[in-house]
Amino acid sequence: MTNAIEAEGLRRGYSGGFEAVRGISFTVPHGEIFALLGTNGAGKTSTVELLEGLAAPSAGTARVLGHDPYRERAAVRPRIGVMLQEGGFPSDLTVAETVRMWAGCTTGARPTGEALEAVGLGSRHRVRIKQLSGGERRRLDLALALLGRPEVLFLDEPTTGLDAEGRRDTWNLVRRLRDEGTTVLLTTHYLEEAESLADRLAIMHQGRIVLTGTPDEVTAARPARIRFTLPEGVAPARLPLSLKAAADGRRVEIRTHELQDALGELLGWAREAGVRLDGLDARSATLEEAFLEIASRTDALDQDLNGDLAADLESLR
Amino acid sequence: MNATARRMTSLGRAELTLLGRNKNNLFIALLMPLLMILVLRSSLGQMSPDELPGGMAGTTLIGGTGMVLVLVVYMGLVSALVARREELVLKRLRTGEATDLEILGGAALPSAAIALVQCVVLSVGGALVLDVPAPRRPDLLVLGLLAAVLLLAGLAAATTAITRNVESAGLTTLPFFLISAMGSGLMVPRDLLPDLVASLTQLLPFSGVMEFVRAGWLGVGDTKDLMTAALTTLAWGVLTVFAVRKWFRWEPRR
Repeated sequence: MTNAIEAEGLRRGYSGGFEAVRGISFTVPHGEIFALLGTNGAGKTSTVELLEGLAAPSAGTARVLGHDPYRERAAVRPRIGVMLQEGGFPSDLTVAETVRMWAGCTTGARPTGEALEAVGLGSRHRVRIKQLSGGERRRLDLALALLGRPEVLFLDEPTTGLDAEGRRDTWNLVRRLRDEGTTVLLTTHYLEEAESLADRLAIMHQGRIVLTGTPDEVTAARPARIRFTLPEGVAPARLPLSLKAAADGRRVEIRTHELQDALGELLGWAREAGVRLDGLDARSATLEEAFLEIASRTDALDQDLNGDLAADLESLR
Repeated sequence: MNATARRMTSLGRAELTLLGRNKNNLFIALLMPLLMILVLRSSLGQMSPDELPGGMAGTTLIGGTGMVLVLVVYMGLVSALVARREELVLKRLRTGEATDLEILGGAALPSAAIALVQCVVLSVGGALVLDVPAPRRPDLLVLGLLAAVLLLAGLAAATTAITRNVESAGLTTLPFFLISAMGSGLMVPRDLLPDLVASLTQLLPFSGVMEFVRAGWLGVGDTKDLMTAALTTLAWGVLTVFAVRKWFRWEPRR
């Protein structure tokens, strides 16, 4: 068994006919951090809930550690840790009481103190849940997910509501877990989180995976862009034709897979023509661009684009 | 201790801590039963003691036992379960190792324990202070109490399906409370109801277990009545399990 998580043609429909997950497939090998990235409503949480065994898929199969997480939940649960998008804790319990309650429901639980230290809540154990900040609740939730030393960890937007420092601490903790062999499936809408944390990622849009690969692969398939503003009286038509420029008034944007060549040509032309390029900005493709492009697309692409980078790229041109 | 017991004690302990920190629920669990028993006693005082089977004291004891069970187990548990659901605690618990039944059972443990302790206090106190003879059939009494706790816990879970939030629990639990108080022998012994009404009310959800409690204290009058009571309770039990499986919600409605 090489994969910790396997999803094959997963679908999830809700009563009322809305289909949140429309046939997605992916695998996560042991010891990898895999990120599901997408806008709100893309179907990330619905997908993760199927893998956590909280609901049965309307079609397709899910496997976690070789078992069906819904039907064989007794076999799967002791080996996974789950952090929901919105954790639920009784507001009148203290932090330590909450951990104790959860430990009683967990096989081989870590000691309370150790679990709280790991997420930086060691000094807050006597505080009631209702007095915790949003970030502290997120960290408590993470502590509970880690309590049973899980082999597979599901994190649904683990850093939402955390400040920059808390986010970095969580990232370090997740990396450390991965290095110790834990498999992590996380959802996020923070691009930098996926980019810096994930070994591989999938971008979801409208219930489908539209792009998947390592962060480098995903961004490498995207064009870089150059932006600038032409001075008054210089028509965009004067730009070299090879530059495939798109103009909006005097503002110009160039998209290219050969950033260095295109930039050289542009600057050479500008020097010869004596044109000053205002607000010149050139950047390689980032995950953000890949993401925004996908998010802005409508469902005109109603074909199966699963994982096929080349086909996806073609359809964007 | 096996895993199920360990998980349920752990959940029950947390629930007990929460009960201790909630003045409202604490009031319903501890003072309300006492108040209702006093009300019951004064309303029974207007009847002639000869009419009451088991006498005034016996009737108070039997009705009081039912009152304690309904107030503490049923009404207490509805608000506890709704509170946990709305705080997303139930959903969170379901991601763990505890099964659905363990989660519900764990939540019901403190209410069940408190109600049973109160029933014992009531019985011992009744025997000592009110001079009621000891239960004739303690086995039937215990059976009735246990069946009552199970049935009420199930009914409480079913009632959460129509309860939007903790505030509305007072309203949604009222119909069952009133029907039981009037028709199942909590406030008015069923023997005093007109024949037709009496035979209809014996089919109410709580009438069966009350028949057992009564038989436990006063002895078995008619075996046929006891059979009817057992079957009625069983039928309501099956119906309750069905309703919970079909309609119980583990997370708030969005």
